[in-house]
Amino acid sequence: MKILFEFIVFPGFLFTAIAGMVFSWIDRKVTARVQWRQGPPIFQPLYDFVKLLIKETIVPASANSVIFLLAPLLAITSTTLASVILWKAIINPQSLFVGDLIVVIYLLAVTPIAVILGASASGNPIASLAASREMKLYLAYELPFIFSILVSVIKLHTIKLGEIILSQQSSGIILNSFSGVLAFVIFLLTIQAKLGLVPFDMAEAETEIAGGVFIEYSGVPLAIHKLNRIMLLFIIPVFAAVLFFGGNFLSIIAVLVLIILIRNTNPRVRIDQAIRFFWRTCLIFSVFAVVLATIGY
Amino acid sequence: MSASLKLKALTKSIWVFHAACSPCNNCDIEILDLLTPRYDVERFGIQLVGSVRHADALLVTGAVNKKIVDRLKRLYEQAPKPCVVVAVGNCACSEIMFRDSYNTCGPLDKIIPVNAYIPGCPPKPEAMIMGIVKLIKALRGEK
Repeated sequence: MKILFEFIVFPGFLFTAIAGMVFSWIDRKVTARVQWRQGPPIFQPLYDFVKLLIKETIVPASANSVIFLLAPLLAITSTTLASVILWKAIINPQSLFVGDLIVVIYLLAVTPIAVILGASASGNPIASLAASREMKLYLAYELPFIFSILVSVIKLHTIKLGEIILSQQSSGIILNSFSGVLAFVIFLLTIQAKLGLVPFDMAEAETEIAGGVFIEYSGVPLAIHKLNRIMLLFIIPVFAAVLFFGGNFLSIIAVLVLIILIRNTNPRVRIDQAIRFFWRTCLIFSVFAVVLATIGY
Repeated sequence: MSASLKLKALTKSIWVFHAACSPCNNCDIEILDLLTPRYDVERFGIQLVGSVRHADALLVTGAVNKKIVDRLKRLYEQAPKPCVVVAVGNCACSEIMFRDSYNTCGPLDKIIPVNAYIPGCPPKPEAMIMGIVKLIKALRGEK
Protein backbone atom coordinates (compact mmCIF):
# COMPACT_ATOMS: atom_id res chain seq x y z
CA MET A 1 0.00 0.00 0.00
CA LYS A 2 2.76 2.41 0.96
CA ILE A 3 4.73 1.49 -2.14
CA LEU A 4 1.66 2.07 -4.31
CA PHE A 5 1.10 5.47 -2.67
CA GLU A 6 4.73 6.39 -3.24
CA PHE A 7 4.54 5.34 -6.87
CA ILE A 8 1.26 7.07 -7.70
CA VAL A 9 1.07 10.10 -5.42
CA PHE A 10 3.99 11.54 -3.52
CA PRO A 11 7.39 11.25 -5.03
CA GLY A 12 5.86 9.39 -7.94
CA PHE A 13 3.47 10.12 -10.75
CA LEU A 14 1.23 12.95 -9.52
CA PHE A 15 3.96 14.95 -7.81
CA THR A 16 6.36 14.61 -10.75
CA ALA A 17 3.64 15.49 -13.24
CA ILE A 18 2.57 18.64 -11.38
CA ALA A 19 6.14 19.78 -10.69
CA GLY A 20 7.03 18.99 -14.30
CA MET A 21 4.14 21.12 -15.55
CA VAL A 22 5.38 24.03 -13.44
CA PHE A 23 8.89 23.48 -14.84
CA SER A 24 7.53 23.30 -18.35
CA TRP A 25 5.69 26.58 -17.78
CA ILE A 26 8.92 28.17 -16.48
CA ASP A 27 10.64 26.88 -19.62
CA ARG A 28 8.05 28.42 -21.93
CA LYS A 29 7.84 31.66 -19.97
CA VAL A 30 11.61 32.20 -19.89
CA THR A 31 11.77 31.34 -23.60
CA ALA A 32 9.07 33.94 -24.22
CA ARG A 33 10.87 36.58 -22.17
CA VAL A 34 14.14 35.86 -24.01
CA GLN A 35 12.26 36.48 -27.26
CA TRP A 36 10.69 39.64 -25.79
CA ARG A 37 7.18 38.16 -25.65
CA GLN A 38 4.55 37.77 -22.96
CA GLY A 39 4.38 33.98 -22.87
CA PRO A 40 1.62 31.52 -21.96
CA PRO A 41 -0.40 31.49 -18.70
CA ILE A 42 0.66 29.19 -15.86
CA PHE A 43 -2.00 26.55 -16.54
CA GLN A 44 -1.00 26.21 -20.21
CA PRO A 45 0.74 22.79 -19.85
CA LEU A 46 -2.36 21.51 -18.02
CA TYR A 47 -4.68 22.80 -20.76
CA ASP A 48 -2.49 21.15 -23.40
CA PHE A 49 -2.53 17.85 -21.52
CA VAL A 50 -6.30 17.82 -20.89
CA LYS A 51 -6.99 18.82 -24.49
CA LEU A 52 -4.89 15.95 -25.82
CA LEU A 53 -6.80 13.56 -23.53
CA ILE A 54 -10.10 14.67 -25.09
CA LYS A 55 -8.93 14.42 -28.70
CA GLU A 56 -9.55 11.44 -30.92
CA THR A 57 -6.82 8.77 -30.89
CA ILE A 58 -5.88 7.58 -34.35
CA VAL A 59 -3.89 4.40 -34.91
CA PRO A 60 -2.52 4.31 -38.47
CA ALA A 61 -3.52 1.31 -40.58
CA SER A 62 0.14 0.44 -41.22
CA ALA A 63 1.07 0.53 -37.52
CA ASN A 64 1.70 -2.31 -35.11
CA SER A 65 -0.98 -1.09 -32.75
CA VAL A 66 0.14 -2.92 -29.57
CA ILE A 67 3.71 -1.56 -29.57
CA PHE A 68 2.53 1.80 -30.90
CA LEU A 69 0.16 2.28 -27.94
CA LEU A 70 2.30 0.61 -25.25
CA ALA A 71 5.52 2.55 -25.95
CA PRO A 72 4.39 5.80 -24.23
CA LEU A 73 3.23 3.79 -21.20
CA LEU A 74 6.62 2.07 -20.97
CA ALA A 75 8.37 5.46 -21.10
CA ILE A 76 6.19 7.11 -18.46
CA THR A 77 6.37 4.13 -16.06
CA SER A 78 10.15 4.09 -16.06
CA THR A 79 10.36 7.88 -15.71
CA THR A 80 8.03 7.74 -12.71
CA LEU A 81 10.12 4.98 -11.13
CA ALA A 82 13.31 7.01 -11.63
CA SER A 83 11.62 9.97 -9.96
CA VAL A 84 10.55 7.83 -6.99
CA ILE A 85 14.12 6.57 -6.47
CA LEU A 86 15.66 10.04 -6.75
CA TRP A 87 13.21 11.67 -4.35
CA LYS A 88 13.43 8.86 -1.82
CA ALA A 89 17.21 9.35 -1.85
CA ILE A 90 16.79 13.08 -1.24
CA ILE A 91 14.15 12.76 1.52
CA ASN A 92 15.76 9.88 3.40
CA PRO A 93 19.35 9.23 2.21
CA GLN A 94 19.66 5.99 4.22
CA SER A 95 16.55 4.32 2.83
CA LEU A 96 17.70 2.85 -0.49
CA PHE A 97 19.85 -0.03 -1.71
CA VAL A 98 23.44 -0.04 -3.00
CA GLY A 99 23.61 0.65 -6.73
CA ASP A 100 20.43 2.71 -7.08
CA LEU A 101 22.43 5.18 -9.19
CA ILE A 102 22.85 2.48 -11.83
CA VAL A 103 19.12 1.71 -11.73
CA VAL A 104 18.35 5.40 -12.34
CA ILE A 105 20.72 5.48 -15.33
CA TYR A 106 18.97 2.43 -16.79
CA LEU A 107 15.50 3.85 -16.14
CA LEU A 108 16.42 7.11 -17.87
CA ALA A 109 17.60 5.06 -20.86
CA VAL A 110 14.16 3.49 -21.29
CA THR A 111 12.59 6.72 -22.60
CA PRO A 112 14.64 6.94 -25.83
CA ILE A 113 14.16 3.20 -26.37
CA ALA A 114 10.38 3.53 -25.98
CA VAL A 115 10.34 6.54 -28.30
CA ILE A 116 12.30 4.59 -30.92
CA LEU A 117 9.95 1.60 -30.53
CA GLY A 118 6.84 3.74 -30.89
CA ALA A 119 8.17 5.62 -33.90
CA SER A 120 9.26 2.45 -35.66
CA ALA A 121 5.92 0.77 -34.94
CA SER A 122 3.96 3.66 -36.47
CA GLY A 123 4.81 2.60 -40.03
CA ASN A 124 5.47 6.15 -41.19
CA PRO A 125 8.63 6.69 -43.30
CA ILE A 126 9.35 10.06 -41.66
CA ALA A 127 8.96 8.51 -38.21
CA SER A 128 11.44 5.77 -39.12
CA LEU A 129 13.91 8.45 -40.25
CA ALA A 130 13.40 10.23 -36.93
CA ALA A 131 13.79 6.96 -35.03
CA SER A 132 17.13 6.38 -36.72
CA ARG A 133 18.20 9.88 -35.70
CA GLU A 134 17.09 9.29 -32.11
CA MET A 135 19.02 6.00 -32.06
CA LYS A 136 22.24 7.60 -33.35
CA LEU A 137 21.86 10.48 -30.93
CA TYR A 138 21.30 8.11 -28.03
CA LEU A 139 24.42 6.09 -28.91
CA ALA A 140 26.36 9.35 -29.17
CA TYR A 141 25.42 11.02 -25.90
CA GLU A 142 25.10 8.07 -23.53
CA LEU A 143 28.84 7.42 -23.04
CA PRO A 144 29.83 11.02 -22.14
CA PHE A 145 26.71 11.11 -19.91
CA ILE A 146 27.83 8.04 -17.96
CA PHE A 147 31.45 9.27 -17.77
CA SER A 148 30.32 12.59 -16.31
CA ILE A 149 28.32 10.68 -13.68
CA LEU A 150 31.39 8.52 -12.99
CA VAL A 151 33.28 11.58 -11.75
CA SER A 152 30.96 11.88 -8.73
CA VAL A 153 31.20 8.13 -8.13
CA ILE A 154 35.02 8.12 -8.23
CA LYS A 155 35.41 11.21 -6.06
CA LEU A 156 32.97 10.02 -3.38
CA HIS A 157 33.76 6.26 -3.55
CA THR A 158 30.09 5.19 -3.59
CA ILE A 159 27.34 4.17 -6.01
CA LYS A 160 24.53 4.86 -3.56
CA LEU A 161 22.54 8.04 -4.23
CA GLY A 162 21.94 8.65 -0.53
CA GLU A 163 25.65 8.47 0.29
CA ILE A 164 26.47 10.75 -2.67
CA ILE A 165 24.12 13.35 -1.14
CA LEU A 166 25.34 12.87 2.45
CA SER A 167 29.06 13.00 1.73
CA GLN A 168 28.59 16.10 -0.44
CA GLN A 169 26.69 17.80 2.37
CA SER A 170 29.44 16.97 4.88
CA SER A 171 32.58 17.51 2.79
CA GLY A 172 31.70 20.06 0.10
CA ILE A 173 29.96 19.67 -3.27
CA ILE A 174 31.50 17.98 -6.31
CA LEU A 175 31.31 21.23 -8.27
CA ASN A 176 34.07 22.70 -6.09
CA SER A 177 36.73 20.65 -7.85
CA PHE A 178 38.20 21.05 -11.33
CA SER A 179 37.02 17.65 -12.56
CA GLY A 180 33.58 18.36 -11.11
CA VAL A 181 33.17 21.54 -13.16
CA LEU A 182 34.27 19.73 -16.30
CA ALA A 183 31.88 16.83 -15.63
CA PHE A 184 29.01 19.24 -14.92
CA VAL A 185 29.49 21.03 -18.26
CA ILE A 186 29.51 17.69 -20.12
CA PHE A 187 26.44 16.61 -18.13
CA LEU A 188 24.58 19.82 -19.10
CA LEU A 189 25.34 19.29 -22.80
CA THR A 190 24.31 15.63 -22.78
CA ILE A 191 21.03 16.21 -20.93
CA GLN A 192 20.15 18.75 -23.61
CA ALA A 193 20.15 15.81 -26.02
CA LYS A 194 18.44 13.52 -23.50
CA LEU A 195 15.57 15.98 -23.11
CA GLY A 196 15.31 16.54 -26.86
CA LEU A 197 15.84 20.30 -26.57
CA VAL A 198 16.99 22.62 -29.25
CA PRO A 199 20.62 22.17 -30.22
CA PHE A 200 19.99 18.41 -30.32
CA ASP A 201 16.28 18.09 -31.14
CA MET A 202 16.80 16.71 -34.64
CA ALA A 203 14.72 13.63 -33.78
CA GLU A 204 11.55 15.71 -33.52
CA ALA A 205 12.44 18.68 -35.70
CA GLU A 206 9.10 20.29 -36.55
CA THR A 207 10.35 22.30 -39.48
CA GLU A 208 12.08 19.52 -41.42
CA ILE A 209 10.51 16.19 -40.42
CA ALA A 210 7.17 17.39 -39.08
CA GLY A 211 7.28 16.30 -35.44
CA GLY A 212 9.59 13.37 -36.19
CA VAL A 213 9.18 10.51 -33.74
CA PHE A 214 5.73 11.75 -32.66
CA ILE A 215 4.39 12.36 -36.17
CA GLU A 216 1.69 9.64 -36.08
CA TYR A 217 0.75 10.08 -32.42
CA SER A 218 -2.50 11.82 -31.54
CA GLY A 219 -4.83 12.04 -28.56
CA VAL A 220 -4.04 10.07 -25.41
CA PRO A 221 -0.71 8.44 -26.47
CA LEU A 222 0.59 11.84 -27.54
CA ALA A 223 -0.53 13.28 -24.20
CA ILE A 224 1.43 10.58 -22.37
CA HIS A 225 4.51 11.17 -24.52
CA LYS A 226 4.34 14.92 -23.87
CA LEU A 227 3.79 14.33 -20.15
CA ASN A 228 6.82 12.04 -20.13
CA ARG A 229 8.94 14.79 -21.70
CA ILE A 230 7.60 17.24 -19.11
CA MET A 231 8.42 14.87 -16.24
CA LEU A 232 11.94 14.34 -17.60
CA LEU A 233 12.38 18.11 -17.70
CA PHE A 234 11.76 18.01 -13.96
CA ILE A 235 13.70 14.92 -12.84
CA ILE A 236 16.88 15.43 -14.86
CA PRO A 237 17.66 18.76 -13.12
CA VAL A 238 16.92 16.90 -9.84
CA PHE A 239 19.40 14.21 -10.90
CA ALA A 240 21.99 16.90 -11.66
CA ALA A 241 21.35 18.49 -8.26
CA VAL A 242 21.88 15.14 -6.53
CA LEU A 243 25.09 14.36 -8.41
CA PHE A 244 26.84 17.72 -8.40
CA PHE A 245 25.20 19.88 -5.70
CA GLY A 246 24.35 17.41 -2.92
CA GLY A 247 20.58 17.66 -3.41
CA ASN A 248 20.38 21.43 -2.96
CA PHE A 249 16.89 22.67 -3.95
CA LEU A 250 17.97 26.02 -5.41
CA SER A 251 20.39 24.28 -7.74
CA ILE A 252 17.47 22.42 -9.40
CA ILE A 253 16.10 25.77 -10.63
CA ALA A 254 19.61 26.92 -11.58
CA VAL A 255 20.17 23.83 -13.75
CA LEU A 256 16.73 24.34 -15.36
CA VAL A 257 17.51 27.96 -16.22
CA LEU A 258 20.88 26.92 -17.68
CA ILE A 259 19.12 24.32 -19.85
CA ILE A 260 16.60 26.92 -21.05
CA LEU A 261 19.31 29.45 -21.87
CA ILE A 262 21.34 26.88 -23.86
CA ARG A 263 18.15 25.96 -25.68
CA ASN A 264 17.34 29.54 -26.59
CA THR A 265 20.75 30.70 -27.75
CA ASN A 266 21.63 27.85 -30.10
CA PRO A 267 20.44 26.69 -33.52
CA ARG A 268 19.63 23.06 -34.26
CA VAL A 269 22.66 21.12 -35.48
CA ARG A 270 22.65 18.29 -38.01
CA ILE A 271 22.80 14.70 -36.76
CA ASP A 272 26.36 14.15 -38.05
CA GLN A 273 27.52 17.34 -36.34
CA ALA A 274 25.90 16.18 -33.10
CA ILE A 275 27.57 12.76 -33.25
CA ARG A 276 30.93 14.34 -34.02
CA PHE A 277 30.46 16.77 -31.13
CA PHE A 278 29.56 14.05 -28.60
CA TRP A 279 32.06 11.44 -29.74
CA ARG A 280 35.02 13.80 -30.16
CA THR A 281 34.76 16.85 -27.92
CA CYS A 282 32.49 15.60 -25.15
CA LEU A 283 33.99 12.11 -24.92
CA ILE A 284 37.58 13.39 -24.79
CA PHE A 285 36.75 15.97 -22.14
CA SER A 286 34.70 13.52 -20.08
CA VAL A 287 37.52 10.94 -20.11
CA PHE A 288 39.85 13.77 -19.09
CA ALA A 289 37.51 14.62 -16.22
CA VAL A 290 37.44 10.97 -15.09
CA VAL A 291 41.26 10.83 -15.15
CA LEU A 292 41.46 14.08 -13.16
CA ALA A 293 39.01 12.68 -10.62
CA THR A 294 41.04 9.47 -10.30
CA ILE A 295 44.26 11.37 -9.50
CA GLY A 296 42.39 13.56 -7.06
CA TYR A 297 41.79 17.01 -8.63
CA MET B 1 -14.77 15.17 -16.94
CA SER B 2 -17.19 18.09 -16.96
CA ALA B 3 -18.20 19.68 -20.24
CA SER B 4 -17.05 23.17 -19.25
CA LEU B 5 -13.54 21.98 -18.42
CA LYS B 6 -13.42 20.12 -21.74
CA LEU B 7 -14.46 23.23 -23.63
CA LYS B 8 -11.98 25.36 -21.71
CA ALA B 9 -9.10 23.00 -22.47
CA LEU B 10 -10.11 22.80 -26.12
CA THR B 11 -10.33 26.55 -26.61
CA LYS B 12 -7.32 27.48 -24.48
CA SER B 13 -4.88 25.26 -26.32
CA ILE B 14 -5.30 25.42 -30.08
CA TRP B 15 -2.54 23.78 -32.09
CA VAL B 16 -2.57 24.99 -35.64
CA PHE B 17 -1.63 23.14 -38.79
CA HIS B 18 -0.96 25.37 -41.76
CA ALA B 19 -2.21 23.90 -45.04
CA ALA B 20 -1.12 25.99 -48.02
CA CYS B 21 -3.41 24.99 -50.91
CA SER B 22 -1.98 26.78 -53.97
CA PRO B 23 -1.86 30.27 -52.46
CA CYS B 24 0.20 33.21 -53.74
CA ASN B 25 2.06 33.05 -50.39
CA ASN B 26 0.85 36.46 -49.19
CA CYS B 27 -1.53 34.90 -46.67
CA ASP B 28 1.21 32.49 -45.56
CA ILE B 29 3.58 35.37 -44.88
CA GLU B 30 0.89 37.09 -42.83
CA ILE B 31 0.26 33.86 -40.88
CA LEU B 32 3.99 33.67 -40.11
CA ASP B 33 3.77 37.32 -39.02
CA LEU B 34 1.02 36.30 -36.63
CA LEU B 35 3.35 33.79 -34.97
CA THR B 36 6.22 36.25 -34.46
CA PRO B 37 6.98 37.80 -31.05
CA ARG B 38 5.17 41.01 -32.04
CA TYR B 39 1.72 39.39 -31.93
CA ASP B 40 2.68 36.44 -29.68
CA VAL B 41 -0.32 34.11 -30.03
CA GLU B 42 1.32 31.65 -27.59
CA ARG B 43 -0.28 33.88 -24.92
CA PHE B 44 -3.57 32.20 -25.90
CA GLY B 45 -2.04 28.74 -26.21
CA ILE B 46 -1.92 28.83 -30.00
CA GLN B 47 1.04 26.94 -31.42
CA LEU B 48 2.12 25.90 -34.89
CA VAL B 49 2.63 22.13 -35.17
CA GLY B 50 4.39 20.15 -37.86
CA SER B 51 2.14 17.10 -38.08
CA VAL B 52 -1.58 17.13 -38.88
CA ARG B 53 -2.11 14.40 -36.25
CA HIS B 54 -1.39 17.00 -33.53
CA ALA B 55 -3.62 19.67 -35.04
CA ASP B 56 -6.77 21.22 -33.55
CA ALA B 57 -7.21 23.78 -36.31
CA LEU B 58 -6.50 23.67 -40.02
CA LEU B 59 -5.55 27.04 -41.50
CA VAL B 60 -6.22 26.79 -45.23
CA THR B 61 -4.97 29.46 -47.61
CA GLY B 62 -5.33 29.82 -51.34
CA ALA B 63 -7.73 28.85 -54.12
CA VAL B 64 -7.87 25.07 -53.98
CA ASN B 65 -6.99 23.63 -57.40
CA LYS B 66 -7.36 20.19 -58.91
CA LYS B 67 -3.92 18.99 -57.90
CA ILE B 68 -4.34 19.76 -54.22
CA VAL B 69 -8.01 18.96 -53.64
CA ASP B 70 -7.55 15.21 -52.91
CA ARG B 71 -4.68 15.93 -50.57
CA LEU B 72 -6.71 18.56 -48.72
CA LYS B 73 -9.57 16.10 -48.22
CA ARG B 74 -7.08 13.51 -46.98
CA LEU B 75 -5.49 16.02 -44.58
CA TYR B 76 -8.91 16.80 -43.15
CA GLU B 77 -9.61 13.09 -42.65
CA GLN B 78 -6.21 12.59 -41.00
CA ALA B 79 -6.76 15.33 -38.43
CA PRO B 80 -8.05 13.97 -35.09
CA LYS B 81 -11.52 15.29 -34.26
CA PRO B 82 -12.67 17.72 -32.85
CA CYS B 83 -10.88 19.84 -35.43
CA VAL B 84 -11.90 23.25 -36.79
CA VAL B 85 -11.15 24.59 -40.24
CA VAL B 86 -10.36 28.26 -40.84
CA ALA B 87 -10.35 29.74 -44.34
CA VAL B 88 -7.73 32.49 -44.44
CA GLY B 89 -7.83 35.06 -47.22
CA ASN B 90 -10.25 35.92 -50.00
CA CYS B 91 -9.12 33.00 -52.19
CA ALA B 92 -10.05 30.36 -49.63
CA CYS B 93 -13.26 32.19 -48.67
CA SER B 94 -14.69 32.85 -52.13
CA GLU B 95 -11.99 32.35 -54.80
CA ILE B 96 -12.47 35.99 -55.95
CA MET B 97 -10.90 36.40 -59.40
CA PHE B 98 -10.13 32.69 -59.84
CA ARG B 99 -13.85 31.93 -59.62
CA ASP B 100 -14.41 30.52 -63.12
CA SER B 101 -10.87 29.35 -63.70
CA TYR B 102 -10.38 26.00 -65.47
CA ASN B 103 -8.45 24.35 -62.63
CA THR B 104 -9.98 25.54 -59.36
CA CYS B 105 -12.40 23.31 -57.46
CA GLY B 106 -14.77 25.75 -55.89
CA PRO B 107 -14.43 27.69 -52.63
CA LEU B 108 -13.14 25.82 -49.60
CA ASP B 109 -16.54 25.24 -47.96
CA LYS B 110 -17.64 23.15 -50.93
CA ILE B 111 -14.74 20.77 -50.27
CA ILE B 112 -14.51 20.47 -46.47
CA PRO B 113 -16.70 22.01 -43.70
CA VAL B 114 -15.42 25.45 -42.69
CA ASN B 115 -15.88 26.95 -39.20
CA ALA B 116 -14.52 30.46 -39.72
CA TYR B 117 -13.81 32.80 -42.62
CA ILE B 118 -11.13 35.49 -42.45
CA PRO B 119 -11.39 37.63 -45.58
CA GLY B 120 -8.67 39.97 -46.80
CA CYS B 121 -6.03 39.94 -49.48
CA PRO B 122 -4.03 39.20 -47.40
CA PRO B 123 -5.79 39.59 -44.00
CA LYS B 124 -3.77 41.50 -41.41
CA PRO B 125 -2.55 39.55 -38.34
CA GLU B 126 -4.98 41.60 -36.22
CA ALA B 127 -7.84 40.42 -38.45
CA MET B 128 -6.74 36.82 -37.94
CA ILE B 129 -6.64 37.23 -34.16
CA MET B 130 -10.14 38.75 -34.39
CA GLY B 131 -11.30 35.77 -36.43
CA ILE B 132 -9.87 33.30 -33.92
CA VAL B 133 -11.52 35.18 -31.04
CA LYS B 134 -14.89 35.07 -32.83
CA LEU B 135 -14.41 31.36 -33.52
CA ILE B 136 -13.62 30.63 -29.85
CA LYS B 137 -16.67 32.64 -28.77
CA ALA B 138 -18.85 30.70 -31.20
CA LEU B 139 -17.49 27.40 -29.89
CA ARG B 140 -18.28 28.47 -26.34
CA GLY B 141 -21.78 29.48 -27.38
CA GLU B 142 -21.30 33.18 -26.55
CA LYS B 143 -22.40 36.06 -28.71
